[in-house]
Amino acid sequence: MTGTYAHAAGFYAGDRPRIVTSRFEHADSYSLERYLATGGYQGLRKALARPASEVHDEVKKATVLGRGGAGFPAGTKWGLTPEGVFPRYLVVNGDESEPGTYKDRLLMERDPHQLIEGCVIACYAAGLSQCFLYIRGEMAHAQERVAAALNEAYEAGYVGKNILGSTFSVDVVLHWGAGAYVVGEETALIESLEGNRGMPRLKPPFFPAAIGLYGKPTIVNNVETLSNLPWILMNGAEAYTAIGTATSPGTRMVAVSGHVRRPGVYEIINGTTTFRDLIYGDDFCQGIRNGNELKAFVPGGGSAPWFTPDQLDIPFEGPQAGAAGSMLGSGAIMVMDHTTDIPAAALTLTRFYAHESCGKCTPCREGGTWLERILRRVVDGKGTDADLQQLIEVGTSICPGDFPHASSTRLGLTAVPFPYKMTTICFVGPSAYTPVHSALTLFPEEFEARVTKRTHIPVTAVGVGE
Amino acid sequence: MSRLNDANVAFAKEIIARYPRPKSALIPLLHLSQEQNGYITNDAMAHLAELVGVTSAEVYGTASFYEMFKFEPVGKYVINICGTLSCALMGSEELLHRAEHKLGVKAGGTTPDGLITLEHAECQAACTEAPCLQVNYRYRFRVTPADVDSLIDDLRAGKLSDEIPAHGTLAKVRQHIPADRGVGAVAPEAATTAPAWFDGKAAL
Repeated sequence: MTGTYAHAAGFYAGDRPRIVTSRFEHADSYSLERYLATGGYQGLRKALARPASEVHDEVKKATVLGRGGAGFPAGTKWGLTPEGVFPRYLVVNGDESEPGTYKDRLLMERDPHQLIEGCVIACYAAGLSQCFLYIRGEMAHAQERVAAALNEAYEAGYVGKNILGSTFSVDVVLHWGAGAYVVGEETALIESLEGNRGMPRLKPPFFPAAIGLYGKPTIVNNVETLSNLPWILMNGAEAYTAIGTATSPGTRMVAVSGHVRRPGVYEIINGTTTFRDLIYGDDFCQGIRNGNELKAFVPGGGSAPWFTPDQLDIPFEGPQAGAAGSMLGSGAIMVMDHTTDIPAAALTLTRFYAHESCGKCTPCREGGTWLERILRRVVDGKGTDADLQQLIEVGTSICPGDFPHASSTRLGLTAVPFPYKMTTICFVGPSAYTPVHSALTLFPEEFEARVTKRTHIPVTAVGVGE
Repeated sequence: MSRLNDANVAFAKEIIARYPRPKSALIPLLHLSQEQNGYITNDAMAHLAELVGVTSAEVYGTASFYEMFKFEPVGKYVINICGTLSCALMGSEELLHRAEHKLGVKAGGTTPDGLITLEHAECQAACTEAPCLQVNYRYRFRVTPADVDSLIDDLRAGKLSDEIPAHGTLAKVRQHIPADRGVGAVAPEAATTAPAWFDGKAAL
C-alpha cells in the first residue's frame, strides 16, 4: 500500500499537503543528516536573520492553534508574558496520554530535529532563556530519539551557545516523566518539572505565562504545535494560512482508532475534513470493520463528549464541534460499531480518569471513584435504576448545570454546546463524568435494560446534593 | 546499600547542573536510581535527598505520586497491558486474561521466579495500533492472544534480552551537553534582566 511505512506504524501519508510529517517516508527521518538534506534548520536560519519581534509576529500571523487540546493560538500565548519580566522559560509538553491520542510520540520518534528547531525558534521569538522538553515517562523510544537528536544538534551548533554563529544562545534540556496522566495539564507539568507531585495549580488568576516555572513567566507548548514552526518560518505565515480555513489554518494530526477498517494517524487539512471523510473516506479509515454499522464515536480524545452518526458531516473544526456539544481536544477519534457494549465502553474511560485523579480536588477524587464503582455495578448487571440516578447526581456535583451533549434525531434531543461548568481545578474530574453522561444520554436504553427497578431514595434525604 | 554508585553520582551531578533549581532533577534521578537497583529503596531516596538538597520525605512525596516508580522489587520484565477504550474495543481484556493464565499470576503480581510482573495499564498512546502492550516500556502493537504466549515464552527463554533491558532502564541513549556548547542553568533570581541577545536586533 502506498504511503505507509513500516518505520512509522499507523501513519498514512495520503495525497495531502504535509507540514509536520513531510519526512516520514524516510526510514532515517530522525537523523541530522536526513534533516539537513530536507530543509532542516533553514527556518531557524531565516528566523535568526530577523529581529525576535518579527519572528513572533510571523507566528502570530500564522495563527498556529495549540495542538494539546485547548486550541489556543501559540503566537498569542507567547504574548501573554508580562512586559520586562525575566527569566522566561519554555516547557514543551510531550506528555501525550489522552486516551485515543497518538501523534506527539510519532513526531518525537520520527522527526525530533523538527521539534528541536521549533523549540529554538520559539525561545528566540519570545525571549525565553531555557527550554525544558518534557517527554512522557513510558515513551522510552521517543526519549532515545530526542536525546540522540539533541546530542547531534548541540555538536553541530543548532542548540546551545551562539546558535549558527549568532548572538543567540539557548539550552534545550531533555526531561522525562514517570507515569501520571494529569501531568499533561500545563500547571501540573510545571509542578512535576519542579520535582514535585504533579498536581495542577489553582488558576485563574495566575496563568503560567505570568507565573509559571519557579514562579517565572513560562510558555507551555505542545509537541505538534512547535513542530509546525520550522515550516512556517521557512515558507511564511501566508503559505500556512493558505492551507485550511480562516479560523483553523494549516494542517493537524488526527489519530482514528477503534472499529474502523484502517485505524491510523493522518495529517489532515485543518477545518475542512469531516468526520464522515475521516471514518469512511478511502484516503482515511475506509469505513467500519466487517461492514458493520457505526454506533458512536468519541471525536476528540477520551475527555470529549460522544457523537453518533448524526454528527458525521460536521468538519473536524473546533468551534463547530463545540457548538455540536463536544470538542476536538488532542485530535483523537475513537470509533465504536454496533457490537459495542456502550456501558462497558464508558466504564473503560471513566476508570481511566478515576485512576488518574491526582486527588487534589474532592469532587474528582471522590466523584471519579464513585462513578467508576457505580458504573461497574451496572455493567456487571448488579445495578438498580437508583444507581443511574446516582451517576447523574455525582456527575452534577463535578459539573453543575447542563452538561454538553450532541443532538440525537433518534431520541429527539437538541445539542447542549461545549464547555461545561466545573467544580475542580482541571478537566480530569469532568472527564470521568463525560463518558458516563454521553452514554446515558445517547443510549439510555442500554442502561435501562441492564438495571433492576428499585424505589429511588433521593440523596438529598441524607443531606448530600442540592 | 542502594545509594547511587560513583559513575551514577557523576551523571546525577551533570543532570542537576542543567536545572535552575536542583529539585527539578528529582524525577530523572529517581529513574537513574531505579535503573541501578530495579526499584526505589529508602537508602536510595535518602541519597537523592542529599544530592538535591531536600529531605528524604520530600523525595518519597514526589516519587510516590508517579506510577513508574516501584517501592518493592518487581520482575526483570514488567508487562503492561493497556485496557483503555481503543484497546478494550480491540480485545485487550482477552490479552490480560491470557497473560494471567499463562503466568499464573493476577494483574499486579510477579511470577515466583521473579522474572515477570504483569500489570493492567492505562492508555499508552498507540491507539491506532490497538490492542497494544509494553514490556519495560517497549511497545508491542496489534497484539493477539497467541502473541502474548510467544512473548512470554521468548522472555522466559532469554531471547529478548538484547532488545529489552531489565526493568529500570528506560532510554538507552542519554542527553550529554558538551561543556563548550552548553549555556548552563542560572538560578531564576540571578537572571532577572532580558537575555543579552533579546535586544531588538537580528541575532545573525
